[in-house]
Parts: sequence; C-alpha cells; structure tokens
Amino acid sequence: MNKTKIKISNLYKIFGNNSKKYIPKVSNGMSKDELLTKYNHVLGLDDINLNVAEQSIQVVMGLSGSGKSTLIRHINRLIEPTEGSVLIDEQDITKLNNSELLEFRRNRTGMVFQRFALFPHQNIIDNVKFGLSIKNIEKAESNHKAKFWIDKVGLNGFEYKFPNQLSGGMQQRVGLARALATDPDILLMDEAFSALDPLIRTDMQDQLLELQKNLKKTIMFITHDLDEALKLGDRISILNGGKLVQDGTAEEILMSPADEYVKNFVKDVNRAKVLKIKSIMNFSGVQNNSDAFVKLDDNIESCLPKILESEHELNVFDDKNKFVGLISRNNVADILKN
Amino acid sequence: MNLSELFITFPEMSKESLRIFKKSIDGAYRNFSREYGDAIEAVFDPVLYFLVWFEKLLQNSPWPLVILVILILVYLGSRSIYLTIGSLFALLLIGYFGMWEDTMSTVSIIGVCTFMSIGLGIPIGIAMSNSDRARAAITPILDVMQTMPSFVYLIPVVMLLGIGKIPGLLAVIIYAIPPIIRLTDLGIREVDKEVLEAADAFGANKRQKLFRVQLPLALPTIFAGINQTIMMALAMVVIASMIGVKGLGQPVLKAITNQYFTMGLLNGLAIVALAIIFDRVSQSFGKRLQQHRSGSRE
Repeated sequence: MNKTKIKISNLYKIFGNNSKKYIPKVSNGMSKDELLTKYNHVLGLDDINLNVAEQSIQVVMGLSGSGKSTLIRHINRLIEPTEGSVLIDEQDITKLNNSELLEFRRNRTGMVFQRFALFPHQNIIDNVKFGLSIKNIEKAESNHKAKFWIDKVGLNGFEYKFPNQLSGGMQQRVGLARALATDPDILLMDEAFSALDPLIRTDMQDQLLELQKNLKKTIMFITHDLDEALKLGDRISILNGGKLVQDGTAEEILMSPADEYVKNFVKDVNRAKVLKIKSIMNFSGVQNNSDAFVKLDDNIESCLPKILESEHELNVFDDKNKFVGLISRNNVADILKN
Repeated sequence: MNLSELFITFPEMSKESLRIFKKSIDGAYRNFSREYGDAIEAVFDPVLYFLVWFEKLLQNSPWPLVILVILILVYLGSRSIYLTIGSLFALLLIGYFGMWEDTMSTVSIIGVCTFMSIGLGIPIGIAMSNSDRARAAITPILDVMQTMPSFVYLIPVVMLLGIGKIPGLLAVIIYAIPPIIRLTDLGIREVDKEVLEAADAFGANKRQKLFRVQLPLALPTIFAGINQTIMMALAMVVIASMIGVKGLGQPVLKAITNQYFTMGLLNGLAIVALAIIFDRVSQSFGKRLQQHRSGSRE
C-alpha cells in the first residue's frame, strides 16, 4: 500500500451555535437523535478516523444524512471541523490561516459537484479555466491547459457553448475538466455521477478509471450507490449517522460486513461480479491433471461457466502460473446463497 | 377629570411643550444650515457643474445630432428597429410642439440622477448583501425614503441648500435610489449557493467571488433595479420642479396653477414618451444580459 496521503483523526462536526460544548457528551456516546431532541444541535461527524493512501480511490458511502458530504468538505475545509485534525502530507489543514487556505485550495484540491455547479454565465472554456484564472495564470498558458483538458474529457468543439446548452453528462465532464485543470494532487468528487442517468454514469465511471491510470491522483469519491462504490473504490468507507462503521476493500466489506447496517447495504449486490476467486477458494488440496484452470485475481462471474462445467474441483493458479489451490462448485454456491 | 374621559381623549403632551419641541428642533436645524449650508453646497459644486454642462451640451448641440445619438443608443440597447423608429417619431413630435429644451433638461437631470444612483446604490447593495447586520440597518432607511412624502424631505433640503438644481437632484436621488440598492442586494443573495461553493472550492477570495461570480450572475436583477430607478426618477420630475428644477415638470406645474389643460397634457405626454423609451431600452438590454440562461446564445 502507498503512503498515507490524507490522515483524518478524531474528527468531529457538530452543527449549532454551541457546538464545542457538546463534544464531550458525544464522545461519551450520546446519540445523534438525543443531541438533536435535547440540545437542538445536529451531529454531522462522530469521531472519524480514516487514512487515505496516495494515488488511491477512496469511496465514502452512506445514505443521505450519514455525513458523507460533510466529511468530504472537511478535506478542503469548506466546512470547519468542530474538533480533530485533517493531515494532508503531514500538514494539518485545519490549522491553515485564511490566505494559506486559499493557496491550498488553489493548488492542492479540485472538486466535482453532484449538480455540476458550473458557472452559467461563462462558456465552457472559461469554466474550465476558472481555477487557473483565480491563480492569475497568464492567458496563453491557461487557454492551452483548458483546451488540453476539454480534449481529454472528449468535449472538443464545445469550448464556446454555455453550460445550459450541454446535456448532464457533458456538463459533468466540464466539471471534471475544471477540477483537473489546476493539476491538483487531490480530487474530491461529491456524488459526482449521481445526477446522471445509468448509461452515462457507467460511461463516466469508466472514463474516470481510465484517466486515473495515468493521472494517479488521490481521489475521494462520495456516493450512495454501492455498485458504483465497488466498481471505483480501492477502499470503501461506510458512514452511518456520522459514524464510520466500516472501512475496507470491496471484498472485506462483502465478505465480513461490520454490522447490520452494512449487511443490509450489501445484501442485494451481485457478489460473483465483485468478488475474486481468491476470496472464496480453498488454499489447499492437490493439483489435479485437468487442463482447465482459473486465476487468483479473476472475478467469479467470468469463471462461472468453467467452474460449473467442470466435473471436479478446478485448479487455481497465481499470476506466475503456479498452483495455489482449488475451487469447487460448492464454494461458488455458498457465496451466491446469501 | 374622571376615568371615562381619560379613555376618550388621548393624553397628549401640552400645546406649549409641543410648540417648544418643534421650535427648538427647527431652530437648531436653521442654525446648522446657516453655519454649514455654504460648505455643504460647495461639496456639491462639481455635480452642479457637470449637470449644467450636460444640460447645455444637450440643448446647444444641433437637434438632429442629438436625436441621432439618442437613436443610436436606443438601437444598441434594444436591438429593435421598431423601438428606434418609435423613438424618432416621439422625439420629432416633442420638438415640433416646442418642448425640446425642457425635454433636454429633463433628460440631463434623469441621466445624472441615474448615474449617481447606480454609482452609490450598487456599492451599498453589495455591502448589504455581505452582512445581515448592514442589511438590518439599511432596510428601514430605504423604507422611510420610499414612503416618506417627498415634500417632507424637500423642506430640510431646501432649508440647507436653497432652491435650485442640487436640492432637486438630491430629492430625486432619495426617491429613486432604493430599488437599485434593494435589487443589487437581492440579486447577489439569490446567486446559487452551489455555484458559490464551487468558487470557494477553487480558492477564490472575496473580491474574485464578487466580480467573477456574484455580480455577473446578479446583473439581470441589478438591471431590473436600474430600470425601476429610472422610472422613479422620471416620476419625481414634476415634484422636483417645485424647487426650481428646470424641465418638463415646470410647464406641468404652471398648467396646474393656471388650468391650462392642453399644456399640461402635452408635457405630461412628453414625460410618458421619455419613460417608455427609457423603460423599453433598459428592459431589453437587461433581458439580453441573461440570454445565457435560455441557451439561445451562440
């Protein structure tokens, strides 16, 4: 695993006039409902601890009201924390003064919004250039960069259109290009694809993964859609009522959900599509002499025909074609059952 | 005095103390205006010079040239050939009925009042949108300015500055500036929160947010305010003429006192014609500013 890029420690957010006062009560276990009904303060985040690895995609998931949008806004301090720290490359951004914070936002983070939040009075190229113009970068250079990113997200020829002349998917491409144009090392995506229809959403997810292969940004991606989380996330964090209930890889979350809430969440997922052979196979047994085999990192769905057709257990090889164990129909049946 | 009487007649302050109360305020203000009247008048001298210069420019330039310039402005503002032709006829009729000079006086004072209202009103509106406290302080003042009968504030203005153009100008501005302040404030407050958040996320400072996001997006609303301001300034023309502002208001005033119906009607119609031209031009200009919202711009 890469080194830690973002380190969130003991982060609390309470909305209300007297928020500091209630930190001890909350850390002693007062619930969100109790805080609201008794003291009229809203618990946004409750003792969040999370490390995000450099160049990874960290998905934060939860239902609405779970605090995921609040959490992502702490990374660039659009929301001030009530208590706790957010370290980025070992620098505590909660301690930045006003001008340092502006510099930080200009150079280190880019953000993509659920409802695009493009500037309706500016054409596409000016929208993409916004972050650069805020930094007072000279015109020729910012034009060049903006064109590059417009091209990269496939919007060539739309430079002088206005946002409302574009479809939702295209608008969000502009949003993505705008966030990337300042070349930030952290990309914050707040339900970036949730407002798009399913086909376009899949398309955008593929495009993001494709871009990420070369860009290697540290991406924090908020979503309420589990399929999206499983597809994009290197790691997935699940929030409930402002609390971080589980943080792990897609497999960890599917195979051993931390509590009922997570279990309910993952109930309807097509496991065969997400899980890999290595998470259900037996790492024991003797290699049989059939020619058929599957690989450790194959996902189950793609191997289903082979496994089901085979009379006996199938050999599993690692990526150096060395025998590591066996997989049977029963293994597959077990995982598809629940 | 028995109890029932106490509830029927209001327990008012005695006539004598009321008289002293009024007299001492009036006296204090009179002393103040004697003391500082000239100094305050001197502050307004540059405005007066400009106003006189502008009026003379409009009156002394050849009338075809003035009409041409006005028509060009009308066309640039409205992009409507019908409105331009209509304006041409209105101006020709105004000239033919002998109201050219008065009309030019009115145009000049309206023009100066509008520019001063914009120059003062937009910054005040921005300040209001920036802080709820400023808004809470300014709103009641605007309410007073809009509802106080204009004759009432004409009294202290005239006491301070005498009769003439500047008091008239002040009276018109007091009456006409509230809409532009209110609508600037409203326009900026109405800017989409998410768009502002996006500007924040990219590290825009307050000034950058104001000039690159808030003001451009508030512009159509601000323009509605400018339109209102012009209309209200025109409505004040007649009242301002009572304290010596030249223009179309004076013949109207004369017509009222002497029962010259036709004279009143003609000058009144000239004011209406000006109002329609100003209104249509500024409205269609304002509409063009928000074309990006309907998506019809190339």
